[in-house]
Amino acid sequence: MSDRQKKTFVITRFDPDKDEVPKTQTYEIPVRPDWKVLDALNFIKDEVDGTLSHRWSCRMAVCGSCGMMVNGEPKLTCKTALSDYGDTVEVGPLSNFPVIRDLVVELEGFMEKFKAVKPWILRAKEKAPEEGVYRQSPAELEAFKQFSMCINCMLCYAACPVVGNEPDYLGPAAIALGHRYNLDSRDEGDAERNQVFREEGGVYSCSYANECSEVCPKNVDPAAAINQAKFLAVVDWAKSFVSPRSRKK
Amino acid sequence: MVEVVRHDIVIVGGGGAGIRAAIAAVEADPKVTVALVSKVYPMRSHTVSAEGGAAAVVPGSDDSLDKHAYDTVKGSDFLADQDVVDYFVEQAPLELTRLEHWGCPWSRNDDGSVATRPFGGMQIPRTWYAADKVGFHMLHTLFQHCMRFDRIVRYDEYFVTKLLVDGGAVKGVAALDMREGKTRVVLGRAVILATGGAGKCFPFTTNGTIKTGDGMALAYRAGVGLKDMEFVQYHPTGLPGTGILITEASRGEGGYLINSEGERFLVTRDYGVGQKAELGPRDMISRAIMQEISAGRGIKGAYGEHVQLDLRHLGEAKIMKRLPFVRELSKTYAGVDPVHQPIPIRPVVHYMMGGVDTNVTGATDLPGLYAAGECASVSLNGANRLGSNSLTECLVFGARAAIEALKYARGTSEGNETALRRQGEEEMARIDALRGRKKGGERISQIRREMNLAMERGCGVYRDQASMQQTVAEVAQLKGRYADLALEDSSKVFNTEILTALELGNMLDVAETIAVAALARQESRGAHACRDYPTRNDQKFLHHLLVFFTPAGPRLEKKAVTITRFQPEERKY
Repeated sequence: MSDRQKKTFVITRFDPDKDEVPKTQTYEIPVRPDWKVLDALNFIKDEVDGTLSHRWSCRMAVCGSCGMMVNGEPKLTCKTALSDYGDTVEVGPLSNFPVIRDLVVELEGFMEKFKAVKPWILRAKEKAPEEGVYRQSPAELEAFKQFSMCINCMLCYAACPVVGNEPDYLGPAAIALGHRYNLDSRDEGDAERNQVFREEGGVYSCSYANECSEVCPKNVDPAAAINQAKFLAVVDWAKSFVSPRSRKK
Repeated sequence: MVEVVRHDIVIVGGGGAGIRAAIAAVEADPKVTVALVSKVYPMRSHTVSAEGGAAAVVPGSDDSLDKHAYDTVKGSDFLADQDVVDYFVEQAPLELTRLEHWGCPWSRNDDGSVATRPFGGMQIPRTWYAADKVGFHMLHTLFQHCMRFDRIVRYDEYFVTKLLVDGGAVKGVAALDMREGKTRVVLGRAVILATGGAGKCFPFTTNGTIKTGDGMALAYRAGVGLKDMEFVQYHPTGLPGTGILITEASRGEGGYLINSEGERFLVTRDYGVGQKAELGPRDMISRAIMQEISAGRGIKGAYGEHVQLDLRHLGEAKIMKRLPFVRELSKTYAGVDPVHQPIPIRPVVHYMMGGVDTNVTGATDLPGLYAAGECASVSLNGANRLGSNSLTECLVFGARAAIEALKYARGTSEGNETALRRQGEEEMARIDALRGRKKGGERISQIRREMNLAMERGCGVYRDQASMQQTVAEVAQLKGRYADLALEDSSKVFNTEILTALELGNMLDVAETIAVAALARQESRGAHACRDYPTRNDQKFLHHLLVFFTPAGPRLEKKAVTITRFQPEERKY
């Protein structure tokens, strides 16, 4: 344990069976210099306080489970080095979400928004697998690839000033996902998705704060997706006066 | 009163195999509903962490189904069932094409066809990829696609604790709803297990914390045999300390393994991989690394000795295009940038070749129970799986299990609901009694740590009879101590402590089957390298081992291996 130093963790606790409102609890533990915030939470859970509840799994920044507020900022805790922080670190549940318990937040609202953007390939006619793959050039892949990298960690919702005020707002990850399919050369569903985007709580709710892209741990840049989606949704709407069956191609 | 819901098919696990099964079931029958029961939101499933690719012959290429089949059988050290391998290689291209139609962002050649890369033990590049986040893209494509079917009803963050059996057939599950802390009953005329592997039985693993052998333990306790459990795949390249996976695609794209002297030991020394060098199969390369370390050519680090994976000669442009995640992981978790520095790596527990014994249709010997993906042992992988066969396996056998389960479900009854409900209530009482139980003085983390160390000591890359014997005894003793677990958390809502306790119980059962089977296999084959019996012995051990639960302890049984076209030969590359 010689390479360990002490750090203090101030963790938000909330158990709906017992608490009216959230409270904080302080733990002082020995940490290794190469630990992430998640390692400290797991140490507390395993060795100090078995009642602490948090979600995690892959600990390699791809499953998206362990998003939390660290010193007030949304962070993927498995990717956030403790060495970036001082002697005291505050950990709380993601902002803008109802809390189920301790550091565990409610995701059902997001799952509905996720589904609302129809995140699947829509085509008038589908090929059978025996007919082979669709051709897609590297450039066509590149057009949407970045927006397919979202791990649904929810940091962008915790950072977004609109999500906090307008709970029905689709939000950055869901819009980026819908936009990803709109940009996919195999897809023909943009008219349907653009309709969703134009509805109340759609792309026009975004206030260009850009906070979503700043906190994204995967450089998805949802703000860029929203800006592009706003433009395409309005173009699509305008085109609908010219030709009701207009498509992107 | 326990709450009961009913569907036609119940699928346990929401990773690659589980979601594929769900989609196959609702597509095959316009009337059925499927319960997709998962202890995490499906996009958190460990399929997400697979990196390098998924294998299938590209139609119209120089490749052939025979070549893919031969590579798989040879890779398995002749313990794969060849009827299963034939079905697999035939379905593989169709399944990966389906995923392409559903939007998977496969990397492309300039002409717009899907790109492939070389992989270990494969004689031709047949590994389809989406940069180096293939599992992530496959899982998200499947999850997003499954959203279009309202008849796939998800039960997210439900932890299945028991299979419900009536009249000798499985008719549903009891599951702990994490949010409410209530046990609920989900009934169906067939149940498909797709819960993944059990890497967390070991201390050093690529696996996420959710990989606790749940489905294997459920089947085992219901009387189904676990097959080939002694074969634990050590992936050659994990980051020391964390065990984070650095994909085999790093070597597929041209990376070198080097020792402390900067020597490409797979080229300069004879480790049986021949011209394949870094693209030999995983079992052989993991052994080569351990031998280099034993010979004093390892590099000392904060987490023991390691060797290095060198990508520097690939250049920044290729690394950023083909292996961007490897770069991100190396920088974040090892503090090295592979563009400029070699990556420290060592062999790490990655995959269970063993699992719930099924035939080629995914059916177990217990009517109504099916299994697919890593939690199953359909006998595609035998004694050693080839990299990039497992993602495809999830699709091929997830789909097959669903079709077979549907067929079975049409001809069977719903079971006696009163009896099933009663079982659910008994299970609820068991779980309620465990929650926050103050009895005994044992800590979850202490027992888990001791189990992990026992498994590493006895069931590592190299094994010997004495240490395996000791591991068998230690795990049995830990199972006794598990009964004296003390729990602190008596709250119902999102009680992760009881979840962890139940997972530990599953792991102890699975760990015991691994150790018992390993001890019994007195030869060396594939991933099972036993120092007391250093060669393969086809006379005595060209068969699977099944482990069955009995109250007195595990019971072993032999099962024949299916050999059709490819006769066992010396496995040399």
